[in-house]
Amino acid sequence: MAGWTVTRGKAVLLPMANIDTDQLIPARFMSTPRTQGYGRFLLHDVRRNARGEPAPDFPLNAHPDATILVAGRNFGSGSSREAAVYALVDAGVRVVAAPSFGDIFAGNAVNNGLLPARVAEADAALLTKVLSTGTAQGAADLGARLLTIADLSVPFELDEVWRTKLLNGWDDIDLTRQHSTEIAAYRARIQSDPGRFPDDNAVRS
Amino acid sequence: MNAPLTLLDRLWSLHEVHQGEDGTSLLWVDRHLVHEGSHHAFAKLAERGLPVAEPGLTFAVVDHYAPTRRTGPMADPAIARMIDTLRGNATRHGLRLFDLEDPDQGIVHVVGPEQGLTLPGLLITCGDSHTSTHGAFGALAFGIGATEVAHVLATQTIWQRKPQALRITVDGDLPPGVSAKDIALNWIARLGADGAQGHAVEYAGSAVRNLSMEGRMTLCNLTIEGGGRMGMVAPDDTTFAYMRGRPHAPHGDDWQRVLDNWRNLASDADARFDRDVALSAEQIAPIVTWGTSPEQALPIDALVPDPEGLPPAKAQAARAALDYMGLVPGRPLAGTPVDQIFIGSCTNGRIEDLRAAAAVLAGRKARVPGLVSPGSARVKAQAEQEGLDRIFVEAGLEWVASGCSMCVGMNGDLVEAGKRCASSTNRNFRGRQGKGARTHLMSPAMVAAAAVTGTLSDVRPLLKGRAL
Ligand code: SF4
Repeated sequence: MAGWTVTRGKAVLLPMANIDTDQLIPARFMSTPRTQGYGRFLLHDVRRNARGEPAPDFPLNAHPDATILVAGRNFGSGSSREAAVYALVDAGVRVVAAPSFGDIFAGNAVNNGLLPARVAEADAALLTKVLSTGTAQGAADLGARLLTIADLSVPFELDEVWRTKLLNGWDDIDLTRQHSTEIAAYRARIQSDPGRFPDDNAVRS
Repeated sequence: MNAPLTLLDRLWSLHEVHQGEDGTSLLWVDRHLVHEGSHHAFAKLAERGLPVAEPGLTFAVVDHYAPTRRTGPMADPAIARMIDTLRGNATRHGLRLFDLEDPDQGIVHVVGPEQGLTLPGLLITCGDSHTSTHGAFGALAFGIGATEVAHVLATQTIWQRKPQALRITVDGDLPPGVSAKDIALNWIARLGADGAQGHAVEYAGSAVRNLSMEGRMTLCNLTIEGGGRMGMVAPDDTTFAYMRGRPHAPHGDDWQRVLDNWRNLASDADARFDRDVALSAEQIAPIVTWGTSPEQALPIDALVPDPEGLPPAKAQAARAALDYMGLVPGRPLAGTPVDQIFIGSCTNGRIEDLRAAAAVLAGRKARVPGLVSPGSARVKAQAEQEGLDRIFVEAGLEWVASGCSMCVGMNGDLVEAGKRCASSTNRNFRGRQGKGARTHLMSPAMVAAAAVTGTLSDVRPLLKGRAL
């Protein structure tokens, strides 16, 4: 995963609250290997009408090249499926701005280089206004923690650790391996505590 | 004098391997549960050529794609492939696998506690958001994404920032016909589906103490639907009685030793919580959801809400939800015809849930078709021993094998577009039970009432004169 500081692109509005991960990617697509790409699954059923055709008024259908989404509160609530993030990332999305995010989703996003930009409710309302009539060019700046859409700039909140990860594109496994001595020491300390390791006799494998 | 601690504080410090300067902690994971959906994580591990760090602490369960009709060949090759992939990974890494024909198979969050793999004081992770269920035992348990699953597989640890502590206290006696599911939907409706975001929820109060382990699991399970990643209840004699003699629980001298440790797992009386919420059990009524988010829930005797009367922020969502659900504002919720019912899932697929549904269904006929899928093969066996299966079958419902089934529809058990399902599951999201499916969440007893009447119904009158 490559780190980034500023990303620029087209912004669109998804004016809905509680866009859960089941909507972001329906369960039936989740047996697909990632190598086949998940972009085509993004909001698969939401963006289609009853006959299964792409709804022309759905913002992402009119603007599939959007890289910044502005959405309602509680974006990415629901299941832990990281496939929801894969669908966004594979469709080219780099930033989702919303007043709140599902906790697990936000962590998954950062692990895949996608910025969950948390904006104040009032600022979300302003962004919604700017985008209510169409799209606009936008930019997210991790250094300044600033989201700009057209000529409106609003600050966003982001956990400092997550910001560092996005900036550097760090991978946790490498980071953690620097602590392997501490991990081994911890393991040795708890080894004989009852209950910490299940009874081997009971384990049938 | 030491500062008073919350249960969260205690569990957190028990697992801290390293404290980063940035405020995050590297935590040791005692039990890591994987399922078919973990294939992305195993693929990441394979990409880097890494082994599973602690195969003895990693357990694999076939549940999400498990067919609930186990005779004959599997119809869908994609489903068969998902299960085979898990089998392959379990064999490759030497993991204990709870496979389809295993007498201990079941939904991952039912199997963990049932097997005694879940214990008070442990840290448990799984690539599934309802991992919060295990917190019912006084464990620190939370769902993680695929990148994190790969990290736990590779290192047996996980980086986390400590959440804030939210205490939900429920005092008083729950009225008959009202259950843990109703407590949960009640607070979620009140605080919102993101109400507990960034928080670990500890449940306290006399009504929680009086819940069985099954009820506490339902409560902790649904914590994620209110935005909280972890739910927990301090362990007590109810917990210890449940744990005792479980296959993987400590025994002999070890049992006495763990009991002494477990009794210390509680919040101090003067511990400070970042937030406190109180509910009165007496005021909780049987609840059903009317919309497409678990926060869109109301007592069964309420009217379908009128979006015009709601605050603007909620009105638009309500309009869209009612449109999807095919409901008319101002009409009573009770009496809405349903097309089918589902009883099962990690929320309400345990023995007590089946008993509650059977108490309503005994000697009655279901007016609509439905599926009853026990949470595990063990629950299934026990229910059959108690004769509950006969009650379901005689009522006209289908009694099938255990798995996630119609909770998520990955195994092909789906609700058709436009059909309305009364369901004991946890998510009424658009398309959750199938494309275009209309889901109403409620307790298993309420689902049984919907089966008997063919409509959304108050279970309480149907319980009159019945032993509960
Ligand atoms: S029963 Fe439903 S919520 Fe529970 S683990 Fe299975 S899919 Fe997830």
